[in-house]
Amino acid sequence: MNTNRTDTVIYDDDIVKKFTIVTLIWGCAAFLFGLIAALQLANWRFNANLEWITFGRLRPLHTNAAIFAFAGNTIFAGIYYSTQRLLKARMFSDALSKIHFWGWQLIIVAAAVTLPLGYTQSKEYAELEWPIDIAIAAIWVVFAVNFFMTLKKRREKHLYVGIWFYIATIVTVAVLHIVNSIEIPITALKSFPVWAGMQDALVQWWYGHNAVAFFLTTPFLGLMYYFVPKAANKPIYSYRLSVIHFWALVFIYIWAGPHHLLYTALPEWAQTLGMIFSVMLWAPSWGGMINGLMTLKGAFKELIKNPVIKFFVGALTFYGTSTFEGPLLSIKSVSSLAHYTDWIIGHVHAGALGWNGMMSMGIFLWLVPKLWNTKLYSEKLAETSFWTALTGIILYYTSMVASGITQGLMLRAINSQGKLVYPDFIETVTTILPLYWVRVGAGLLFFTGFLITVYNLFKTIQSAPQQATESKPVIVQTTGWDEKPTTAHRKLEGLGFVFTTLTVVAILVGSVIEIYPTLSMHKYARPENITEPYSPLEIVGRSIYIREGCYVCHSQQIRPMADEVLRYGPPSTIEDSMWDHPFQWGSRRTGPDLARVGKKYPDMWHLQHMADPRAITPQSIMPSYPWLQEKNADYSTLRKEFSVLKMLGVPYDDNTVANADIVAQKEAIEIAKNIEAAGGPKGLEKKEIIPMIAYLQALGQKQKKPAETQKTAGQ
Amino acid sequence: MNILILIIPMALLLGAGFLYAFFWATSNGQFDDLSTPSLRMLDQDSKHNKNDTKENIL
Repeated sequence: MNTNRTDTVIYDDDIVKKFTIVTLIWGCAAFLFGLIAALQLANWRFNANLEWITFGRLRPLHTNAAIFAFAGNTIFAGIYYSTQRLLKARMFSDALSKIHFWGWQLIIVAAAVTLPLGYTQSKEYAELEWPIDIAIAAIWVVFAVNFFMTLKKRREKHLYVGIWFYIATIVTVAVLHIVNSIEIPITALKSFPVWAGMQDALVQWWYGHNAVAFFLTTPFLGLMYYFVPKAANKPIYSYRLSVIHFWALVFIYIWAGPHHLLYTALPEWAQTLGMIFSVMLWAPSWGGMINGLMTLKGAFKELIKNPVIKFFVGALTFYGTSTFEGPLLSIKSVSSLAHYTDWIIGHVHAGALGWNGMMSMGIFLWLVPKLWNTKLYSEKLAETSFWTALTGIILYYTSMVASGITQGLMLRAINSQGKLVYPDFIETVTTILPLYWVRVGAGLLFFTGFLITVYNLFKTIQSAPQQATESKPVIVQTTGWDEKPTTAHRKLEGLGFVFTTLTVVAILVGSVIEIYPTLSMHKYARPENITEPYSPLEIVGRSIYIREGCYVCHSQQIRPMADEVLRYGPPSTIEDSMWDHPFQWGSRRTGPDLARVGKKYPDMWHLQHMADPRAITPQSIMPSYPWLQEKNADYSTLRKEFSVLKMLGVPYDDNTVANADIVAQKEAIEIAKNIEAAGGPKGLEKKEIIPMIAYLQALGQKQKKPAETQKTAGQ
Repeated sequence: MNILILIIPMALLLGAGFLYAFFWATSNGQFDDLSTPSLRMLDQDSKHNKNDTKENIL
């Protein structure tokens, strides 16, 4: 390239505008779903007895909309805007940009249709079924090609710190998504993951944690490094710090996944590894927060009068508190109290609403007037939006931490006779119900704050001069290419592709070490403890359990703690879930653990409980599932499912595989007969409730030889 | 499992390599120019056509 060449460039701002508008629309959808979900927990009637919007299906819709639609489109808008300017080059291909945009929106629509219909893989933030997984991978590659080709034709040799974060994001998300989505299709919208039980749990949380790290953190830090200095018109506080904390983050983040699995059947060494790296993450995370906040040093006058700066300060403060709380929650003793409770829900919302939500609103309040070449419609509305949203987030966080600690302490309370103080799980639920109403109010406040910003931006766009909204040509100078790279790091930054490769290697180093050993699970499964796989009818029931999103509120993983053993039975082992494709360990106990619920109650109990939980437990907040007694169970794909499971190593004999559907229907007739004999309704043998009961009764009942006297509890 | 014997030392070696490169670069003053990039990004898109006023370039 020529030295000091001057060119005129027109940046592609049309694509940025497109991503901006959809972010605002999807944001409303995500927050509305969240609000409805909050109402459902406060009062079960908001489930409306409609299968498509029961909490188990709505919660994945809410999380996917918030992460991939709201945060995702924010990231793309910000990256397309800042990358072109930082690299002094128009995006490589307008066509690829458009494919990326429309492809991503189609994926979101596909998610919004399939999740309410119950098509799910039940892996959190990776629920979407295999055809959509393939689409995500394809569109992500389109984005990557577009981005890296722009990098190649850039006129600015030095890669600004924001660009590094984008590179790490694009590369890591691709790796994470692909590894966690290795699944074998059964039908057009059903598949089994190749991993099972403990391996599946580790891969999922390696993904799940890094979805937070590389979808909600690194891209937003990249955006922060662009938009905060721009909005404040001040350089980053310390470029050196940005270099250090970038490297530290990409090295450390990838190791922290197992902190989601503390005290589970995951081998102890992996848990400890995850805990240590999580605590280490505190430092580089705060590097980013300090750098962002200190950039505003001396601009505190701006803080008072500029709402954009307010949003950024709010976002960075929540980033700081969340990344302090994260390592804290990763310490085993803290996790023992907080895990499975609302404390975690509070933690993620402080991050998602506080950090991602406020970053997003700040960015768009700054960006929309620029893109449409006009002034912000109302500074006052932006102020109102900020304070409303902030109040909402603080209320949300405090109510959920209070709820989590309260329920955690009640669940673990043991009296001097060594008995549970609150043996009935429901007591702990009714205690925290008032806090669920506080959360509804908090969610409503945040949503209102967001709507005010959406209205403000809508009016801003409306007031834009019609003629002047086209992107203007910009004169740019090619810089950096003539000088001999003087430092090693400059050399590194100049070679974009090399940099990318090194980032990949850095991430793979972490991943390979962590995941590889668990691939050969037999090392940990003790032969004498190997469990029996599920029967054909139980597999049908398991699919219904997954479809209804039972795992959203019920864990299947008993931790080795006195209260859990008293309440649920002996701690879960690796062997308990070794044939589970996918694993169902869960992450939140809105209801009790189900790992050993099998044979605890008679079939009739389950029949009544699923139709109307309040018939058994009057204060229950669980949705009713009346359609399970109305719909016929589907056995048509069962043989195929069994052949896939057998291929994946589940020890079924050929006879079972070949006759899976016939065996299942025979089992169903048996259970229907028992229910009829017990005084229940007739003619249930074809209904979905039968396999569901079969599966629930099988949980924890698969040990080959009868386990030693189990201390059952929870009378 | 035997592959671990190869993979873990290799991985650690790579990680150590990155760390070494980073410290070597720092102690050799490789990050001397850590001030201009943060300043340069601020005026990167301010070179609009000459008839632009100061207000709409900031």
